[in-house]
Amino acid sequence: MSVRFTKDHEWIKVDGKIGTVGITQYAQAQLGDIVFVEVPAAGKALKAGGEAAVVESVKAASEVYTPVSGTVKEGNAALPDAPQTVNEDPQGAGWFFKIELSNPGELDGLMDQAAYEKYVEELSH
Amino acid sequence: MLPGVNLFLENRVADPTGPLKHTPLDALHLSLGAKMVPFAGYSMPVQYPLGVLKEHVHTRTETGLFDVSHMGQGELSGEDVDAALEALVPGDLKSLKPGQIRYTVLLNEDGGILDDLMVTRPAEVGKERTLYLVVNAASKDQDFAHIAAKLKGKAMLVRHEDAALLALQGPSAAKVLAKFIPSAASMGFMTSRVETFEGVPVRLFRSGYTGEDGYEISVPADKSEQVARRLLAEPGVAAIGLGARDSLRLEAGLCLYGSDLDTTTTPVEAGLSWVIGKRRRTEGGFPGADKILKQLSDGAAKTRVGIQPLGKAPARAHTEIQDTNGNKIGEITSGGFGPTVNAPVAMGYVDSKFAAHGTKVNLIVRGQALPAEVAPLPFAPHRYFKAKN
Repeated sequence: MSVRFTKDHEWIKVDGKIGTVGITQYAQAQLGDIVFVEVPAAGKALKAGGEAAVVESVKAASEVYTPVSGTVKEGNAALPDAPQTVNEDPQGAGWFFKIELSNPGELDGLMDQAAYEKYVEELSH
Repeated sequence: MLPGVNLFLENRVADPTGPLKHTPLDALHLSLGAKMVPFAGYSMPVQYPLGVLKEHVHTRTETGLFDVSHMGQGELSGEDVDAALEALVPGDLKSLKPGQIRYTVLLNEDGGILDDLMVTRPAEVGKERTLYLVVNAASKDQDFAHIAAKLKGKAMLVRHEDAALLALQGPSAAKVLAKFIPSAASMGFMTSRVETFEGVPVRLFRSGYTGEDGYEISVPADKSEQVARRLLAEPGVAAIGLGARDSLRLEAGLCLYGSDLDTTTTPVEAGLSWVIGKRRRTEGGFPGADKILKQLSDGAAKTRVGIQPLGKAPARAHTEIQDTNGNKIGEITSGGFGPTVNAPVAMGYVDSKFAAHGTKVNLIVRGQALPAEVAPLPFAPHRYFKAKN
């Protein structure tokens, strides 16, 4: 089971038909101290690239887009009360939502770990 | 997800196309690992490795050192310098005692605010006919051109572009500075004097932009890094960036020119009627006096207020404010998360009918109406120095 990445710095880890989505280590470092998170409700239908969640640092608000289409199975209920979890463990406990994929083929259009690392490397130059 | 790190700075760039200027402390910022962003035409530290949240809390609990050298400093001199500048601002400058600082605003003919600034009468002998001005970075070129043009033949303006400006802010600021300048601790709030810091001539102002006790320190550019490093070496002093400067001043209810004040707002609308001196309320004689004095007696149509979102979501600048029936009644001008109150905080302009504290309003955030109420400012109590009598 592999992790895939978007150019907007979301990650998705897929297990069977369910994908877990969050923002990357690079994204949380760019945002700085996160003070507010809004996650989608279960049952919400999302299209790949659509707005799925909100993350706000002291400085600014940003949208989190879903990397794939599908139906939200669960938002991370722990985040709204502990938004700093996204800074502390962005690719673990700081996940945003789980989604049931309606078109697993969309995963092929995303970057793998090596490609994402290269992408971030280029951004920092 | 697009990290919008610079969003809150987007409209503060004086000339987004020109090359960025650097303050005399640029090398220091880089050596401290600051994240540099364009602000008002300068490359400025938005945060250091500590991060905005901890920098904010540090300033409230200990002391922060800020580089505000991008701000404009200058001296205005003339035979009757007070009367000259009074033609451009509503403050009573004639009553300003040597060593006293006054906050005021430059006005246009419609009573709109061109900038807010600090005016100081230097305490030194021989400077009785001089006023020391500190204006905002983004508007300093326009301000100084405006002042020089309007006061031609009456007063002469000399810009101090060779001076850096440091702000030392926080509950332990007085103790820190007293190690170098013992008399600094007893200076009254909003007073100024010239001192030496380990042999370096400095102009001290007991003022700031955080709501905390502290100083602004004008220091020759070529000595500024030396002074900054000495202060940073003191226990409890940390370098603080523009990110925390913005959240600190917002919690303190202090206006940011370009966001909370501009040419479409008068001092009365901005809740700054106190800057209009008592004598000037009867005499007038400042730009837009007719309009402003009428607003003073009859009230203004809109008013700047504190806005307390009742949920957890921050409401940023330009968020629409509605009454509970869904009618637009105003707009947020500054908003974000207040680390000291550990909640979102904001301020903005509302129709004056809705300006009473406790009035329920809705904020339209991402298409949703989020409940909020009009709240007293500041959100974090001011802790300015009070001299013991």
